[in-house]
Amino acid sequence: MIFFLCFVIFLIGLYCVIVKKNILKIVIGIAIMEYAVNLFLILLGYRWEGVPAIVTETVTQAKFVDPLPQALVLTAIVISIATLALMVSLCIRIHQRYKTFDITKIRRLKG
Amino acid sequence: MNLIPLFIAVPLGVAFILALLGKFKEVVSDLLAALCTLSLAILSFVLIGQLKTHGIFVYTVGKWTPPWGINLVLDGLSLLMLIIINTVAFLVIIYSVSYMKKFTAKSRYYALFLLMLAGMNGVVLTGDFFNLFVFSEIAAISSYALVAFGVEAEELEASFKYMVMGSIASILILFSVGLLYGLTGSLNMADVGRMIQGRRNVLLSFSMTLFLAGFGLKAAVIPFHAWLPDAHPSAPAPISAMLSGVLIKALGVYALMRIFFNVFGMGLQLYWTFMILGCVSMIGGGLLALRQEDLKRLLAYSSISQIGYIILGLGCGNYWGIMGALFHLLNHASFKSLLFLNSGAVEYSTGTRKLEKMGGLSKVMPVTGATSTIASLSISGIPPFNGFWSKLFIIIGLIQAGHFVLAVITILASVLTLAYYLRMQRYAFFGELKEGLEKIKEAPFLMGFSVIVLAIICLGVGILFYPVMKIVLEPAVEVLQEGIRYSSLVLGG
Repeated sequence: MIFFLCFVIFLIGLYCVIVKKNILKIVIGIAIMEYAVNLFLILLGYRWEGVPAIVTETVTQAKFVDPLPQALVLTAIVISIATLALMVSLCIRIHQRYKTFDITKIRRLKG
Repeated sequence: MNLIPLFIAVPLGVAFILALLGKFKEVVSDLLAALCTLSLAILSFVLIGQLKTHGIFVYTVGKWTPPWGINLVLDGLSLLMLIIINTVAFLVIIYSVSYMKKFTAKSRYYALFLLMLAGMNGVVLTGDFFNLFVFSEIAAISSYALVAFGVEAEELEASFKYMVMGSIASILILFSVGLLYGLTGSLNMADVGRMIQGRRNVLLSFSMTLFLAGFGLKAAVIPFHAWLPDAHPSAPAPISAMLSGVLIKALGVYALMRIFFNVFGMGLQLYWTFMILGCVSMIGGGLLALRQEDLKRLLAYSSISQIGYIILGLGCGNYWGIMGALFHLLNHASFKSLLFLNSGAVEYSTGTRKLEKMGGLSKVMPVTGATSTIASLSISGIPPFNGFWSKLFIIIGLIQAGHFVLAVITILASVLTLAYYLRMQRYAFFGELKEGLEKIKEAPFLMGFSVIVLAIICLGVGILFYPVMKIVLEPAVEVLQEGIRYSSLVLGG
């Protein structure tokens, strides 16, 4: 069920990328898709009433959450920050050249 | 000593140094970048002999054994890709020394270029799904920045389009990696391959579809091709050569081959999917290229068409089909980079990319004219150039697999290729010299050097196709034909 909701968030992001005309909204759509996938990865490793996977003298046989997806999500977040920064800086440059954020008016390339 | 990590570590380190250098003497950054790529190219050739005696190389990063840690794997297929990537990268760097003079911040350009190189080398070496995603992102993000390097309106537009499509592709790939992790609890390709053998369920097919869409977007096969004809022509010429010649293959086609042949294992449906995708791209790209007025745009559409050949050859699934596909991959890297570098030389000298404004350029630019004639003949499959052999092998593969109709279509597509390249040659290089073009000069020496070397590769590989096949291509074909035995080879036993 929760995975299904996660997929719905992903589709909302995809809808935003495909339908919206404003390039900043497209960037937001991509960010939403990234969050949906990150949420999905975190949910994969989650165990109900689990504890962090740190073995100490007192905690040895407890139900651990899977630590690997958390490491993956950290990496994915760093990558998405880099993408987001580059995208927003491209948007600023595009606005300088075209004086608009409207994707339907940014069409010099065709063929 | 295990030399594999050097392919990732050296370009990453040099990129870091170059980024620090900033506007310090340009000559230093030229030399550093050229030396770095030259040493990597030589190293990749040295590894041919070592691979033959030693067999498959596996490097475990940080001594964590495979199911838990990341491993780098060097087999025949990775080696073929490494040779292509690093040789083309070296020649492109030499070309950029002259070409990139008109841009400021050359050392930043080299830094981004080497990051892209590190990413591609990582993609072809890694044996881990998440690592594949990370390296493909390194390569992709630096290529987005490189496409927009000129910061003109068109370049920014193309880069934005490329970036939106590329990010969606990466998200799909990450999603699929997550699904696979949820199904098997492992991220190592060999380990995952071993665990999903014989299993077929809905989620596995869903993950395959996501991989196909994600890497298909990066490879620009036809339903996913929209970004390529904008991004490749808008980039500076050496970057177009790199993107078209190497990047779409390393990130797209290589990843498709590795994942579908060696991890999932090919089935009849997948073969058909590959063949249909390949056939549509081959014909569609060719037809779209036929009516282009912009020289670089024509070349970009032709890339889509040639990627179609490669995917079609892979879809045959038999020895000759795969051999033809891999051979075409090697050949396409040589002649498409050559053509893009030549288009850069034309743009450098005449200042235009429109075909109708050119004419008779062979008279004033003999080297560019001659080399692009060689490249056009190679890409259209005229013997004895290299393109002939690879297309012949693909057709033999199709006939062996019993697809006669597809074989005929392939031959027709080859005629189509010849048609648009003849058109390009006639408009740009043959015929009467247009007025106002008499005073232009041949491109500088270093630019000429790269294109001549690439032209020699086109001709040399065409004449010496047999040794090239035996030494470089055969091990790669073996890797793909062994299919899912990959996991036992990598994990040992």
